[in-house]
Amino acid sequence: MAQIFHRSANTISRVTIFGAIFIAGFILWVIGGIVRSPYFTNQGIEREQIVPFSHQHHVGGLGIDCRYCHTSVETSNFAGIPPTSTCMNCHAQIWTSAQLLEPVRSSYATGRPLIWSRVHRLPDYVHFNHSIHISKGIGCVSCHGRVDKMNLTYQAMPMTMQWCLSCHRAPEKFVRPRNEVFNLAYESPNQAVDGPRLVKEYKIQSFTHCSTCHY
Amino acid sequence: MATTKDTAPVHEVRPTTQELRIPTRFIPTPTIEPGHSFATITDHISTIVLRKKTPLGWLIGFLISMCGVTLMLVSITYLIAKGVGIWGVNRPVGWGFAIINFVWWIGIGHAGTLISAILLLLRQEWRTSINRFAEAMTLFAVAAAGIYPALHVGRPWYAYWLFPYPNTMSLWPQFRSPLMWDVFAVSTYAIVSLLFWYVGLIPDLATLRDRATNIWVKRAYGLPALGWRGSAKHWHRYEHAYLLLAGLSTPLVLSVHTIVSFDFAVAQVPGWHSTFFPPYFVAGAVFAGFAMVLTLAIPARIFFKLEDFITMKHLENMGKIMLATGLIVFYSYMMELFLAWYSGDPFEIFLAKMRLVGPYRHMYYALIVCNGLAPQMMWFKRLRTSTFWLFLTAMFVNAGMWLERFVIVPVSLSRDFLPSSWGMYHGTFWDWSLLIGSIGLFFALLFLFVRFLPMIAIFEMRTLLPEAKAHAEGEAH
Amino acid sequence: MSDEKSLTYSDFRKRIGDVKHPEYWRSLDELMRSEVFDDFMHDEFPRQAAALTSGVDRRDFMKLMGASMAMAGLVACNQPDQKIVPYVNQPENLIPGKPIFFASAMVAGGLAKGVLVESHMGRPTKIEGNPDHPSSLGASDSFMQASILGLYDPERSQVVRRLGEISTYSEFLGALQPVLNAARANGSGLRVLTQTITSPTLGNQIQQVLAQYPGSKWHQWEPAGGHNAREGARLAFGGYVNPVYHFDQASVVVSLGSDFMGEGPAHLRYARDFMSGRRVRRGSTTMNRLYAIESMPTQTGGCADHRFPVKPSEIEGIARALLGVAPAPASWVSAIARDLQNNRGRGIVIAGDEQPPAVHALAHAINQALGNNGATVTFTDPVEVAPANQLESLRELVTDMNAGRVSALIVLGGNPVFDAPADFDFRAATDKVPFRAHLSPYYDETSYHAHWHIPETHYLETWSDARAHDGTVTIMQPLIAPLYNGRSAHEILGALIGGLDLSPYDTVRSYWFSKGANEISWRKWLNDGVIAGSALPVRTAGASGAIPPATRQSGNGATGVEIELRPDPTIHDGRFANNAWLQELPKPVTKITWDNVMIIGPALAKQIGFDADDRDPLVNEKQTRMVDVEYHGVKMRMPVWVVPGHAEGAATVFFGYGREHGGAVASEKGKGFNIYRFRFSDALSGGAGARITLTNDPPYPIACVQEHQSIDPKDVGERGIVQSASFTEFQKDPEFARERERKEAGESELQGEAAGEPYDQQMYPPYDYSKQHAWGMVIDTTVCTGCNGCVSACQAENNISVVGKEEVVREREMHWLRIDRYYRGNPENPETFHMPVPCMQCETAPCEPVCPVGATSHSIDGLNDMTYNRCVGTRYCSNNCPYKVRHFNFFHYADYDTPALKPMRNPDVTVRTRGVMEKCTYCVQRINAAKIEAEKADRPIPDGEFTTACAQACPTDAIVFGDLNDKSSRVAKLKQEPTNYALLPGLNTRPRTTYLATVRNPNPEIRG
Repeated sequence: MAQIFHRSANTISRVTIFGAIFIAGFILWVIGGIVRSPYFTNQGIEREQIVPFSHQHHVGGLGIDCRYCHTSVETSNFAGIPPTSTCMNCHAQIWTSAQLLEPVRSSYATGRPLIWSRVHRLPDYVHFNHSIHISKGIGCVSCHGRVDKMNLTYQAMPMTMQWCLSCHRAPEKFVRPRNEVFNLAYESPNQAVDGPRLVKEYKIQSFTHCSTCHY
Repeated sequence: MATTKDTAPVHEVRPTTQELRIPTRFIPTPTIEPGHSFATITDHISTIVLRKKTPLGWLIGFLISMCGVTLMLVSITYLIAKGVGIWGVNRPVGWGFAIINFVWWIGIGHAGTLISAILLLLRQEWRTSINRFAEAMTLFAVAAAGIYPALHVGRPWYAYWLFPYPNTMSLWPQFRSPLMWDVFAVSTYAIVSLLFWYVGLIPDLATLRDRATNIWVKRAYGLPALGWRGSAKHWHRYEHAYLLLAGLSTPLVLSVHTIVSFDFAVAQVPGWHSTFFPPYFVAGAVFAGFAMVLTLAIPARIFFKLEDFITMKHLENMGKIMLATGLIVFYSYMMELFLAWYSGDPFEIFLAKMRLVGPYRHMYYALIVCNGLAPQMMWFKRLRTSTFWLFLTAMFVNAGMWLERFVIVPVSLSRDFLPSSWGMYHGTFWDWSLLIGSIGLFFALLFLFVRFLPMIAIFEMRTLLPEAKAHAEGEAH
Repeated sequence: MSDEKSLTYSDFRKRIGDVKHPEYWRSLDELMRSEVFDDFMHDEFPRQAAALTSGVDRRDFMKLMGASMAMAGLVACNQPDQKIVPYVNQPENLIPGKPIFFASAMVAGGLAKGVLVESHMGRPTKIEGNPDHPSSLGASDSFMQASILGLYDPERSQVVRRLGEISTYSEFLGALQPVLNAARANGSGLRVLTQTITSPTLGNQIQQVLAQYPGSKWHQWEPAGGHNAREGARLAFGGYVNPVYHFDQASVVVSLGSDFMGEGPAHLRYARDFMSGRRVRRGSTTMNRLYAIESMPTQTGGCADHRFPVKPSEIEGIARALLGVAPAPASWVSAIARDLQNNRGRGIVIAGDEQPPAVHALAHAINQALGNNGATVTFTDPVEVAPANQLESLRELVTDMNAGRVSALIVLGGNPVFDAPADFDFRAATDKVPFRAHLSPYYDETSYHAHWHIPETHYLETWSDARAHDGTVTIMQPLIAPLYNGRSAHEILGALIGGLDLSPYDTVRSYWFSKGANEISWRKWLNDGVIAGSALPVRTAGASGAIPPATRQSGNGATGVEIELRPDPTIHDGRFANNAWLQELPKPVTKITWDNVMIIGPALAKQIGFDADDRDPLVNEKQTRMVDVEYHGVKMRMPVWVVPGHAEGAATVFFGYGREHGGAVASEKGKGFNIYRFRFSDALSGGAGARITLTNDPPYPIACVQEHQSIDPKDVGERGIVQSASFTEFQKDPEFARERERKEAGESELQGEAAGEPYDQQMYPPYDYSKQHAWGMVIDTTVCTGCNGCVSACQAENNISVVGKEEVVREREMHWLRIDRYYRGNPENPETFHMPVPCMQCETAPCEPVCPVGATSHSIDGLNDMTYNRCVGTRYCSNNCPYKVRHFNFFHYADYDTPALKPMRNPDVTVRTRGVMEKCTYCVQRINAAKIEAEKADRPIPDGEFTTACAQACPTDAIVFGDLNDKSSRVAKLKQEPTNYALLPGLNTRPRTTYLATVRNPNPEIRG
């Protein structure tokens, strides 16, 4: 009777049988990598904006405080997007003819609001409150990165639950003095000492039970 | 790779009595009708598989079961599109047909492993002719059961959250939940019984490979045969592997249904919250399993003329086992009532009362008739040895075991602690369609199996032949 | 919920854009105009990640494909680009993301109930009671709560219609002018029909109209407008007076068929006052007593210490007996009379709206005789602008219309074609009127038969004013610009007067400034929601006149069944028929939703051959038989329903159902049966002579959320769900509830305790609550009236979906908080118990360990968290919950698609998707908000700074929520009360929600 399989069949079968396990493992590993990649977390994507607003210029360059525009960041869950009138406070005087600022002026004139594309987005079932984080000494930079170095704003952090928990489980690694909260450049000389001290001082509870964010 | 030249011609077959030696007193009546030789067995069984033209009966049966499969696919699609609301489940009765059917199938899936593994270890040689498709039945029952756990949840597309895997939420599943334990128990069981069944198949796959004429068929059987040549070394390894798997799956027979029963026993719903559920469920499972084996074996042996291999002795033994396990199950029902009364817990007592006189009483009485009374027929040898009565009893038990789960799941839920939240449960069209669909799936797989694989272990049958035995006896000295 | 999709977003925005706005709302106006307001709302209003709507549409198939699990998981990660729309000029008092509260008032039956409206960035989302308002005292009822849905209801009328064709307001004004000129010229002809009006401004405008148009007349018709009470007062005192009852002063109250705690403009206040005399605490020595003599078991009757089911017609005889001018028909009557005598000046006898004027007069006479008038009952001038016999007023209008004396009929609000007495045949009469205009929020029956229909503004959309039951005035201010191009009565009347340019704002403001208001006082009034000291002065009612002659021969002479017509408890006279929240709200006693039925007692049921007991009493009733009812020559076929404790030989039906037009919810989903066909001008609240016969029609499905389970041990075993005792028993053994609790805790635990083992053994390590708050709740079942206020409040606060009649029949209603109703005793006249059941927030919760994905878990302050977005929907938790307080989205109940409903939702609560479990969380969004504020200020949370929606709404303060770790908190103190007990203690779930046992104060003289 003729051969029904070529010799190589032996090797092939062995390889496939043992290989299967490793291949499966590899595929899972790749998927795990993908969901953590910036592609999925939308990190580093510079959004097109109606006005190419540069934090680098306004914050880094002119040194405008975050709260000048994001007025409700200390009082509300929502940091607040500045109304057109805020822009016009300055731009009624300076760059009054700049083409870039045409939308701002027309918005102010017509009363039609400027429409920005959202950069940082949490799912609707996550209830995040800016004010409490600010008052507990979590710096803007901890979540938003060095916006003072961003020309067009992008999302710097992954914003995954894992990432949130990394701080909620160990706030001492991130907490900073309240007066440095809005200082994007601040680096603690000695976080290992300051962290625990501030956690005690600010009575940081850093909850991790579900209804802290989900309800 | 092996050429057929040195593959075992019949006389070279190594008897396997090292592990399978049966003291003569255990074989008063032959488990294979006289007048068979190695050749006839091999012929008879393998031709069923290798014959060119498919029998008409098979085609019809297969078509019917495929209709069932289609129905299943339709109802699954509709389910995912609309939500579990298409079923009769509600508040308070959160679990309905899906769970009932799941437990029912898993239960049926027990006989296979029991027959193959435990009876093997117990040296019950009469098992040899039925173990193969008992195992197949196990697999297909587990497959049928497998469609429910994922589908019964509200958001099936997130069902994978039940598996512990590293995720960006840095969350683990809740390991305290019996449903978690189910995930592991059932998947383990499915894997082991698959391996067990496959290993058992290897020598026969080789036989089929060798007897097949068409090169592609040869390849088709040859690939899974893994180059089996039946050499002494092969047999030696083979039997070790087989025994190991048998030993491995034996505890599973007990563990799976024990853990399934935890889904209920761990909860505090009156009628569920009970410590004797594990043995009760396991017994019930064996009970259901053998009933199903009979349900399949009796028509199969007639249709494929296997009376010689699946003898009345097999059927009778299975009848006996049904009787034994049936008695345990019946005892459990009585214990349920007794414990309810003995607990003094008003809720348990009330629920027991509800089973007897409540809105679902007819279900309960039907259950008692099917699982309690019907098996009593097996006391009588005349009925035990009549395929008709055996089949009838088996059918009763199949229905009864489903009713048992109905009485446990929705009936208990419908009358729990606060009268204000009592409810009623009725299966809807989609409940039934999925049940029928899963039955269709089960039989479709089974039909494929009997067509393309030897439904009786050829080589093991050979070992039942007197000459094989003589050979074995001789060698033993 | 409405399936109507016809309202595309652009019209929505356009309509808002087009209307004139008061200056006040300029900024909102601009917000509304913005191109991507809907995107903005997408950002603002929570939706679930997985959006599988119930229909099989494209998205579903995406999901079906994506049912390859992993994909579905990942899809959620990549979110579409979203827009943010800031203000152009931000109002300085507005902090984005923080709600603001405005005071206003909801008008029901013409009278005001003060409200505080929560507004999220210009969108009203929640109604609370105004603590400063005399009729509310901070409490709210289901009408107030559900009015927020009424505001956004996409089925509200949205355009001016002329003969059904879409038209414009200016065209209407154009068409109106010639009519007015004619009316001015040849006098008469012009008629204005309104409902009861207490608004001083409206009154003033109407007076101007009447002055301008010689011979023009003003008619009033309020279908359930307390006509008998008004006439009764006149009968007693020879003129219209407005009685104000002070139940907090009363120690004995006798209700002659009055549901004063469930109905009427002041029921919230009356319930609070009455219950203030019933808060049984450690060492209480006094407790007031309530006798309810009524036919239909009402909320009031359910709380009574003695309830006597009698035919409506028998009440008059009893009243006479109480007054002592007739022999007592029964021993208990004289017992009550004695009790009243012993409490002279401390009693109240109050008659129900369904009772004839004579009974009201008798009640006044009794109060007079007992010296209650002036003490527990005071009188003021009528709160109505023009108190009148509205029935006669309407009769006159109809006669004139039939006689062709009416040239123009302006109907301001109301729906007379639907709800006028049947014998008036109002519709036919209107056909003789050449010009008919109807102002109404829905395109309803009357609108269909009017030449002109003008959409009416919701009370949250316009300026107005109204009086409370004691006359206190509230200036009503709008929370949002009219969504659907509505107009208010002020504008229409303005048009009649000729002040076309006057906005309601100008009208109201100028009226009050003419009455001496100034900018400061005006601002204060708006801020307070009441005009301080505007309550009408107390006056003497004048001596009660002669005893009115017997009108109805008590009982005898009446053939057939006596039928009583009452306004529906949830959709009132039909005006709320299109409000799905109210439709699905279980009616207080019957627990029926989406329907009205013929309610009879058990004995009558047997008589007509409908034996409620032939059905296994333990089987749930989801259907009933149809009966033919013949009354006054009108035949109607409707479902019958047996209510234990209903008077024999009598039947009760709620009117308000049977709408033909006015929204799909009203006229299709919750149609019911039109009882107005039984309502005749000579017997507005029904009468004797009805014949009820059982038909062989197929059973009629009834969406009843709780059947007649008794808690009689012989039926259901000793469960100890409801703990109750009489006041004397309580004084003997204040711990009675605890004793039983111990018993129910079961032998095992007790032995365990004996063996020195802690009672609270548990498998898993216990939590430590000492460091954090420990939220808890106590519900006083003695003072709960089962009014449903809490249920609606919960629905509004937590974005709870409506599921519809079919789903309720399948036992899938979603209310997180339900009110269980239990009976004890014989079905002829059982004792009724109400038990609100929210999530118990068990400390050792059975639901937690069984969830395979940990979607329900324990919070550090003892809450039983439910994480919707983690839930896969195994329903195991619900099975294992002994209280069955978990609710599952079997389908996609939440309406994601109707744009009009998006701004309504509470932005702080996730809107749940299909396949997810949900439950009460003690309003965790409020807890977190309060905690955050306290943390920021580094201060503790003072008790009562915030509370749950249910506790805030409760009129009788039966629900108390707070921090158990704060030993001085009210809730912590109540937990120490002797009557405090846990539900199902034997399960060792250690619930955070506990109950105060029901204590009643029966009269020892009366047996049974």
